[in-house]
Amino acid sequence: MLRDLWGMRGQALAIVFVILSGVATYVSMTGVMNSLQQTLSTYYAEYRFADGFATVRRAPELLLERIREIPGINTVETRVVSRVNLEIAGFNEPVSGTLVSVPEGGQPVLNRLFIREGRLVQPGRENEVVLNEPFAEAHGLRPGDRITAIMNGRYRDLRIVGVALSPEFLMQIDPASIFPDPRRYGVMWMGRSALEAAYDMDGAFNDVAFTLGPGADIDEVIDRLDRLLRPYGGQGAFGREDQQSHFFITEEFNQLEQTATILPLIFLGVAAFLLNIVISRLISLQREQIAVLKAFGYRTADVGVHYGKLVLIIVLTGAAAGTLLGFWLGSLLGDLYLRYYRFPYLEYDLQPSVVITAAILTIGAALIGVALAVRRAVKLPPAEAMRPAPPATYRATLVERLGLQRFFSQPSRMIMRDLERRPLKALLTILGISSSCAILIMGLFFYDSFDYVIHIQFGLAQREDMTVTFTDPTSRAAISELKSLPGVLHAEPFRTVPVELRHGHLSYQTGIEGIPQGPYLRRLIDIDLQPVSIPPEGMVITGRLARILDVRPGDEVIVEVQEGRRYTRRVPVAGLTRQFVGVAAYMDMDAANRLAGVGQAISGAFLMIDRSFEREITDSLTERPRVAGIAFQDRVIGAFRDTIAQTMLTYTFILSLFAGVITFGVVYNSARIMLSERDRELASLRVLGFTKGEVTYILLGELAVMILLSIPLGLVLGALASAGFARSLQTDMYQLPFVLAKGTLVQASLIVLGASAVSALIVSLRLNSLDLIGVLKTRE
Amino acid sequence: MGREIVFETRGLTKVYGMGEVQVHALRGIDIELYTGELVVLLGASGSGKSTLVNILGGLDTATAGKVFYRGMDLTQAGDRELTEYRRRHVGFVFQFYNLIPSLTARENVAIVTEIALNPITPEQALDLVELSDRKDSFPAQLSGGQQQRVAIARAIAKQPGVLLCDEPTGALDSRTGVIVLEALERVNRELGTTTVIITHNAVQAEMADRIIYLSDGQVSGVRGNDHKKAARELTW
Repeated sequence: MLRDLWGMRGQALAIVFVILSGVATYVSMTGVMNSLQQTLSTYYAEYRFADGFATVRRAPELLLERIREIPGINTVETRVVSRVNLEIAGFNEPVSGTLVSVPEGGQPVLNRLFIREGRLVQPGRENEVVLNEPFAEAHGLRPGDRITAIMNGRYRDLRIVGVALSPEFLMQIDPASIFPDPRRYGVMWMGRSALEAAYDMDGAFNDVAFTLGPGADIDEVIDRLDRLLRPYGGQGAFGREDQQSHFFITEEFNQLEQTATILPLIFLGVAAFLLNIVISRLISLQREQIAVLKAFGYRTADVGVHYGKLVLIIVLTGAAAGTLLGFWLGSLLGDLYLRYYRFPYLEYDLQPSVVITAAILTIGAALIGVALAVRRAVKLPPAEAMRPAPPATYRATLVERLGLQRFFSQPSRMIMRDLERRPLKALLTILGISSSCAILIMGLFFYDSFDYVIHIQFGLAQREDMTVTFTDPTSRAAISELKSLPGVLHAEPFRTVPVELRHGHLSYQTGIEGIPQGPYLRRLIDIDLQPVSIPPEGMVITGRLARILDVRPGDEVIVEVQEGRRYTRRVPVAGLTRQFVGVAAYMDMDAANRLAGVGQAISGAFLMIDRSFEREITDSLTERPRVAGIAFQDRVIGAFRDTIAQTMLTYTFILSLFAGVITFGVVYNSARIMLSERDRELASLRVLGFTKGEVTYILLGELAVMILLSIPLGLVLGALASAGFARSLQTDMYQLPFVLAKGTLVQASLIVLGASAVSALIVSLRLNSLDLIGVLKTRE
Repeated sequence: MGREIVFETRGLTKVYGMGEVQVHALRGIDIELYTGELVVLLGASGSGKSTLVNILGGLDTATAGKVFYRGMDLTQAGDRELTEYRRRHVGFVFQFYNLIPSLTARENVAIVTEIALNPITPEQALDLVELSDRKDSFPAQLSGGQQQRVAIARAIAKQPGVLLCDEPTGALDSRTGVIVLEALERVNRELGTTTVIITHNAVQAEMADRIIYLSDGQVSGVRGNDHKKAARELTW
């Protein structure tokens, strides 16, 4: 048996690689996904992530006892939480943050901190803060450094004493944004008494975190808590599901899970399918040997067991190597995710169920392949089978019968007829190659989709070079002033009114964006690239926001303006829009200003500038007291790309590598089998004076035709699968458009062609050792 | 005989190394073959006749000695030259026909005429072996004898300098074998192609101009045939 194995070492190795790729992809991605889920739940449990939260304007600490008495509540912790504006030396853009109180001289009971560096805040130290790690890292801040905060209108110099992680802010995202931008938004922890003092909250709180007892009903608890807090300006309690960080992380994990489960399973399925084809073809080549065994009195089952063992050795080698490789790749990926999600640790281990699934799938596919092939091989009586297969019957192909015959040389006719004689065989090979091509497309199209979003978002919708933000709503006259600066080509106002939207007991804090008439730089377009039309009255909101507030067009929403005279007004929802990402509310700019009760105010401006004046413009704007910050568009895009790029790159690399290996495996095996089926024919031609090149053409021509057919088919299959995949990833938070760039198609085709070329080259080398004399002496 | 020499071998030796045993297939063969003659190489199996023809046909190389084809030294030629030599000058007929199953009779001939310098048409070649009516049949649709005649048509269509036939009737019954031999005889007569037929069947030697006897890798005798018979007169 080992001799058998050695005899087909080339093919065996190719099968091993196919299985290895399938198993490694499956094991690494599924393994990482499982360990991320595992890590998340352990982290939540160990650091006591709260089951629910509530915000209130100002409630006396005495209320704590009454909250505790609510049936179903287990642990409660009150806090003071506040938004602050920050100034960081050397960073000329507006930075905002959230300050969260921690009990004097200790860890909070809920949402405990993992101290990465330094220490917690010491009791009585009014100016000490602990920074959330991503924020600290983004600015290179370390314990001992200082930052300035504008707390309740007063500048405060804060000293950083520690850097920490918290299960509550795994995803550190500005409530007004949808992407983490750790340079412009950060979370910090401060002593409770310092925060109480700064915000007039002595003996009071404005935020509650709680956990539930076993069997408690979250909705009931929320209901009772809301009733209790309403007199104190309660803004609605909510469960963990609606907590921002948790919401984003589950959303991301769901997407990851789709990618990490479905894709590798397809991959493994393809590998198993190929394995099946290859094995049955391998065994049908051995029918003579099987007949000899049968003639010696071996039973069919014995023969099956023989080949079963043979194939198991191959498959198990592949599966074992794939598991090891997958485990190793998984730990690499895990490290990447660990850094991305900032878990304090990652529980990465290989779960037996993952390995078992992979093993069952591959072994099952292999054994079915063996069983089918052996059954076919033993159907013939031994005497007949010992004679080689009868000469194949051929006929002229359809193309030739159409009268195109004279355009083809004899070798080309051989290629076409062989293809047409066994369409199923050709089809299976084509399917095999095209599925690896399709996998590639599925892996690569993400890039294109993200690129498309960036292109639309920053190329079509947001075409400004830079954004200027004012400290307060400012007169419209500022636009003319900006326009007069040298190098400013165009200036366009924007207006954001900070609001709290309420509908029934549901509420959401956001900013209403005031859209000017006929904007040139910042245009509002939906996912179908249609301009969103903003009516003179009422607001247009995204589908996600509509769902958060449970409103439909025509419903009225209570808008509490969070600036100026803090009006509360009822505003109708005029329409819904679908954007690629996010939660947003839009209004006509004048209507937004009327809502806020101010005249023609603007919050800032979008500028189109002459790049050679960048420096002068920056300098002259920084000097102006009313300018809160300036941001350059390309840097924002850069940050966005960076977030995506690293993970995507690793992921696509692994995918391309394995798809390439699978292509190689299929092509190599097909070529090898073709060679063993046709070596006699090819050797005869060599004897007749055909050169190696001409003979290679006949052998590889057929393969080339199949590959060339496979690629377009694979591209189409890949596109269809990707489109379905993109649709399955749609949530109301993200609308991932399905986009395939030409470059991706080219890339996938090139990988398939490259892998094919390598295997074809290896096989063509074997043509040199054709036995010219041997074939003359043996009967076909 | 005064005719031009096609092949000339001097001290031709072939040793196969089979593991530790060395097999001397040819032990110093000196022969000449002349244009237009029909030579039968007669010998028992293992006598070295196939090895000799393989070397003459450029399929194998000699261990020692020389082979000249019309003055060209085949023992000096590399794979590329030998391929070119087979392509230009040699027609082969094998015991098992070795037709391409995916090509029709006509196409099996055409595959050679397409790469030949001075071929006759496939139709003419099939006419010579009296198979014009089966030219569109695939090998699987032809009898053994018919397949062998297609193989002969394929071999002579390029108008080769020499036609080498290794046991051309070996896989056929005698009645069919005679038909095949008739075809070879006709080709030899009408095209004047130097023809070498390998056989272990002494009866077939009666149709030859000359008979070369081989045994144990050596020429054991050369005999001119004064009573040359027509192929159709042969029975075995």
